Amino acid sequence: MEILVCAKRVPDTSDNEIALNGAGDDIERDDLVYSVNEADNYAVEEALEIVERSGGTVTVVTVGGEEDEEILRRQMAMGARQAVLLSDEAFSGSDGRGIAAILAAFVRKGNYELILTGVQADDGAAQVGGMLAALLDYPFASLVTSIEVLDRGRLKISREIEGGNQEINEMDLPCVLSIQTGINEPRYVGMRGIRQVASVPIPTLGRAELGADGFVGDAAARVKRLDYFVPEAGTGAQMLNGSQEESIGKLIDLLKTNGGLP
Amino acid sequence: MARIFAYIPHRAGLADDCAAELAAAACKIDDAPATAVVTGWGPELDTVSESLRPWFAAVWKIAHEALAYPNAELVRQALVAVLPPAPIILVPHAHFGTDLSPGLSVKLNAAYVSDVTDVEPAGGAALKLVRQEFGGQVSTHVRCDISGGAVINIRPGAFKPAPAAATIGPVVDQSAKAGALKAGRRYLETVAAAKGDVDITKYPVLVSIGRGIQEPDNVALAQELADAVGGAVSCSRPVVDAKWMDKSRQVGSSGQTVKPKVYIACGISGSFQHLAGIKGNPFIVAINKNPKAPIFRVANVGIVADILEFLPALTHSIRQR
Repeated sequence: MEILVCAKRVPDTSDNEIALNGAGDDIERDDLVYSVNEADNYAVEEALEIVERSGGTVTVVTVGGEEDEEILRRQMAMGARQAVLLSDEAFSGSDGRGIAAILAAFVRKGNYELILTGVQADDGAAQVGGMLAALLDYPFASLVTSIEVLDRGRLKISREIEGGNQEINEMDLPCVLSIQTGINEPRYVGMRGIRQVASVPIPTLGRAELGADGFVGDAAARVKRLDYFVPEAGTGAQMLNGSQEESIGKLIDLLKTNGGLP
Repeated sequence: MARIFAYIPHRAGLADDCAAELAAAACKIDDAPATAVVTGWGPELDTVSESLRPWFAAVWKIAHEALAYPNAELVRQALVAVLPPAPIILVPHAHFGTDLSPGLSVKLNAAYVSDVTDVEPAGGAALKLVRQEFGGQVSTHVRCDISGGAVINIRPGAFKPAPAAATIGPVVDQSAKAGALKAGRRYLETVAAAKGDVDITKYPVLVSIGRGIQEPDNVALAQELADAVGGAVSCSRPVVDAKWMDKSRQVGSSGQTVKPKVYIACGISGSFQHLAGIKGNPFIVAINKNPKAPIFRVANVGIVADILEFLPALTHSIRQR
């Protein structure tokens, strides 16, 4: 099966405190560590495991700039056969609908049976996968937690619904699935693996090669971020400061008062 | 202003808890009351339609055998067939909204904004919406052009539910407009969550661990504290994703709903999906080394500390009492 995985490079929130910049129009990005979006990494692993079981190839694609090549190389080091960067001045400022249109134009140039995205980017809206499917008129399912390849161009998938329950669906191929974190155990990528793909060329396609519809770019975006701000704390927690010993003493008293200690 | 609709999911004849919250969100966009839209089949659909009347100007009912189970692909086709041009439609941002709304916006040629926590008119054909990014660490204002309509997913719990009105709207049967419904995705069955070795919903005290526990071996630090206070260990999603604890221990919208007396959140950032699983207004203690972690906004007591150092010290002090 030819599988395409759409991935995004994002600030790694597990390693970073996110703070506002002075102007309040962006987060402070200078000291941030970037990596591949966590759910997208699970999507790549899932694609690799499907190919190991049933044959085929995995291609990884992202929309962005040169700085995004690092995550494409990382996914190639994991085992993706090829990676493609979709990059053009005309793409910048696109909203989710615009990004989906760029990806749809790329999908139409290939022969992919299965397209995977992560369920949501840390700085995203869980939107591009569903939009891409609708643009291509492919079936879509979100929050996917397992994939089984059936015969005759079908998949059996489960998706996460409320209370830990799973909803089982059958999907016709080609289709688009958004992958939930925890679906598998992504393989480790060592420095050696990264070095091996360091000089593999990454094709870059722009507007001229792709086409894409009228919703692409800043002027066409109907959804625009105006600013960043820190939400109000509400009443907020009573913070226990002071030494660890003092904090523990106060906490034990509070636990007793509130039924946390016999 | 475009006409405002609210898509209301339901199950077993009961409307989603968010119905009155969506009615409230619609009122913040436009003073005219919104129209509810429900899809389904059989007597349950009629029960739900009736129950929504006090909150909406009208309830549009789309009955179709293929909609007996809410398959988002089929619901989308029905909505596209029934809604007028350039509508504003509000949808609860949960697993069904994630399935439905992005594709619905494409097929309606409307803008899409997900997981909205507040909304205000922005003059002309635009709305100013509030969303969160990076797990709730920062919020953003978003401008949305609604000249071609908009699909807006509303975060459950973000809006104060609207009161029921004295006048109740009519139920309007729109089923005939839905047309033929067919999709390349077919619902097969629902598999209930597996029961675990420990039922975290039964304990008065939960020591709950998140990404901050860092390694599977450190889970023992939480277990020792739980043993000392007569509680159980629960966790947030990243701990289950990493396979360090069983899914049955997960608190949140996709895990268990718990109602303890005391909830000790250790190394948990506090995403809204996690907080959605904590009910009954427990006394929440948050221990996290990131002073900006959103959990401190909802906790009763907060301590900025590394849980790997703090938990053993706390357990030791409790045992020494």
